[in-house]
Amino acid sequence: MNAVTQSQHTVKLTAIPQALEDPTWVRRGLIFITVGFIFLFLCLPLSVVIIEAFSKGVSAYWDALAQPEAQAAIGLTLLTALATVPLNTVFGITAAWCITRFEFLGKSLLTTLIDLPFSVSPVISGLIFVLLFGAQGWFGSWFAEHDIKIIFAVPGIILATLFITFPFVARELIPLMQEMGSEEEEAALSLGASGWKTFFLITLPNIKWGLLYGVLLCNARAMGEFGAVSVVSGHIRGLTNTLPLHVEVSYNEYDFVGAFASASILAGLAIVTLILKSVLEWKQQRERGY
Amino acid sequence: MSILLSDISKNFGAFAALDHINLEIPEGELVALLGPSGCGKTTLLRIIAGLEKSDSGRVLLNGEDKTHEHASHRGIGFVFQHYALFRHMTVFENVAFGLRVKNKKIRPNEAAIQKKVHTLLELVQLDWLHDRHPDQLSGGQRQRIALARALAVEPSVLLLDEPFGALDASVRKDLRLWLRNLHHDLNVTSIFVTHDQEEAMEVASQVVVLNHGRIEQQGAPSDIYDNPSNAFVSRFIGQTNIFDTAEIDQDWLKTSGLTLAKTQGQFAHVRPHDIELVKSADLAAEMGAYAILKDWQHLGSLIRIELAGKGAQPFNQPIYAEMPNERFKQLQLNRGDKVAVKIRNARWFH
Amino acid sequence: MRQSYIMPGFRPTLGFTLVYLGLVVLIPLSTLVFKSLSLSWDDYVHIITSNRVMASFRVSFSTSLLAALIASFFGFIIAWTFVRYHFFGKRILDALIDLPFALPTAVAGIVLATIYQPNGYIGQLLINTFGIKVAYTPTGIVIALIFISMPFVVRTVQPVLQEFDSTMEEAASTLGATKLQIFTKVIFPNVFPALLTGFSLAFARGVGEYGSVIFIAGNIPYVSEIVPLMIITKLEQYEYAGATAIALTLLVISFVLLLIINLLQLWVRKRSGQL
Repeated sequence: MNAVTQSQHTVKLTAIPQALEDPTWVRRGLIFITVGFIFLFLCLPLSVVIIEAFSKGVSAYWDALAQPEAQAAIGLTLLTALATVPLNTVFGITAAWCITRFEFLGKSLLTTLIDLPFSVSPVISGLIFVLLFGAQGWFGSWFAEHDIKIIFAVPGIILATLFITFPFVARELIPLMQEMGSEEEEAALSLGASGWKTFFLITLPNIKWGLLYGVLLCNARAMGEFGAVSVVSGHIRGLTNTLPLHVEVSYNEYDFVGAFASASILAGLAIVTLILKSVLEWKQQRERGY
Repeated sequence: MSILLSDISKNFGAFAALDHINLEIPEGELVALLGPSGCGKTTLLRIIAGLEKSDSGRVLLNGEDKTHEHASHRGIGFVFQHYALFRHMTVFENVAFGLRVKNKKIRPNEAAIQKKVHTLLELVQLDWLHDRHPDQLSGGQRQRIALARALAVEPSVLLLDEPFGALDASVRKDLRLWLRNLHHDLNVTSIFVTHDQEEAMEVASQVVVLNHGRIEQQGAPSDIYDNPSNAFVSRFIGQTNIFDTAEIDQDWLKTSGLTLAKTQGQFAHVRPHDIELVKSADLAAEMGAYAILKDWQHLGSLIRIELAGKGAQPFNQPIYAEMPNERFKQLQLNRGDKVAVKIRNARWFH
Repeated sequence: MRQSYIMPGFRPTLGFTLVYLGLVVLIPLSTLVFKSLSLSWDDYVHIITSNRVMASFRVSFSTSLLAALIASFFGFIIAWTFVRYHFFGKRILDALIDLPFALPTAVAGIVLATIYQPNGYIGQLLINTFGIKVAYTPTGIVIALIFISMPFVVRTVQPVLQEFDSTMEEAASTLGATKLQIFTKVIFPNVFPALLTGFSLAFARGVGEYGSVIFIAGNIPYVSEIVPLMIITKLEQYEYAGATAIALTLLVISFVLLLIINLLQLWVRKRSGQL
């Protein structure tokens, strides 16, 4: 068998076998299309954010960000992420444990339902919370009587974000833990470790990169969500505007520097997310020994 | 069709996979390219097929230079180690593929394709599987379908990469014989790559032994077994005991029959069946050279006996001897017996 | 996987999962159904068949379809190039593909609008040389949706091309197939199911997309008004029933389309022996 793997290695060395190399003009043409498409659709928009944000100079950029409304938007965005990401992370781990470590009736239905928020339009995701908690909603009158505001207030924003980012961590962990199998955990348990000890000493170290990956994506979406939040927020400046909403409001008021200054923060967040994502992917691959 | 390789070299980075290979294969032979892993045998096969370019040298098929001919125009059939069956096609479509992709002018009509494919599937005795997909077949069946597919385009040369490598031991035995018979019927010049010397000896009419990108020896199986041209071939083909005359004392060698007068090198290679055991421990002890029987194994009709050589200097390795079952029973040997060792035949290498 | 009897925590984790799923996802989503039950059938039909709503459905589905097709075409080429060729800067470009996943849609929206508006970076060029107006037309919507949905295609096709057994191509080559035949008869049929998945993901995302579209779309009724915007418009006019009716219809159509595509995929996979 040794010879079998060996001979495959020598072939793999050259990646695509020589006989299968595409003609030069095909190769160049396709690379040109790829690079051109990425520049036009990805690099250009990214640089336009920076160019527009600084179009009136550096001081105008800082002034825009120093506005109390912008500051409040940044604060609310951080608060939203802080409230939703930990909750959905705990849920993700719990759901993944339950789904990958046990057999039970309706398991595949449960897995499908967890993915459900992905296939719901963000606007509809916002709408359902308006229907629940809005003035005419199911619980609307009860909350109004007790003077609790959900819709057009921070709790609504957090709820809608919770819905939108619901599947991210679970979705990342389920296939990972499925592939990992439960043998190591069973070994730990049979050696006398408690359930919690097993989780922290065996499971967590094994899934840590995948977990961070899921948390990262969850966080990016929580900070960047626009459609759902837009429906429930009511766009009250300084109070219920998250950073993406602040971008919209500024843009619609022709405050382009303000809009793009805020956008540049979100774009920076996206770039950081992409870099961390690449790092995590690399770490995960290396540890799994691919 | 005859195959002529002249001065083929191939490097992967600093690693020389093939080092100035010259090889001539007459028409109609069934040749085994035999060697340990990493010896360059698969690379050589792929160069003949045109799947890999050599750094230097020429490939001639039937006297025509095909060095720069693309794989699709060389008229060779290639059977891949893991079969490479098209998994989205049925067995029938797999075999028909080579006919369907032919240029319109020379493409046979649908009826001819149907007929040809079914004939081939009957040849490999798998016509009843024609509408299955490759994933639904066993390893041995896939192997035979891959062969039928390669034969569909009537190749003048058939190349097989480790054809039995991925199969279970029992299936492998059957297929070896089957391939030999098939070759006998079709008489297409064929080359197969293997790292299993037993397989090469059993199936091939010619064996080419490769090591470190060089050809060590080429010849008929019996030729290679009986007259290995160097120490590597002798060690690689069949089992061999190696006696280092620098380490073993002269008396032992003389007693056993390895007379130094005939020495042509430092190492004596002795096949297990060239060692005879005499159960006259007293005599052996007298002479100062004997062996102690450690253990034995049944290899079907033969018995393999493991011996620990005893001389003035210690032996580093066990000595293996083989003899027929009946002879072993006659000797009535037990573990721990002292035996005299008689060596009938040896080959000397430096 | 076999049942594990010593693994702890089945009841608490299942319990928490179900409760949380119910509170965050199922109860809120069910309001959509219950709220629409308060509408009579005639009212429902009246809302949905109003010209403006019908037009918005037409706009949403046609632009999403076109964008998903274009994204599939280019996404396939990009995945192909990344897997099969080596060129300078490939790794960075590869990482950049996920930008639309990470970039908030509002940012994408204002940037694309800025680039493609009539005096924008590209908009100017297109209107002056070709007379094509992109922003504030359905073309603009398509551009935004291509941006949003392209990574779905690349990221579903790429791993399949990566895992593709290249000896199949070699086998086809030794059997006399040309490059084009190898592509059309061997490679493409094997990658097609993944491409179909990428296409359906792109399409589903496009139909529901809001943030990146509204800035570039111009939101002209009957011309470039998308369904999600219709829902918001109704909400702003306090027509909750109307918003719900449209939302439920959008959701149902999307699910049915996804179901059809999944069945199609099942059929393709079955036919090609991958199941």
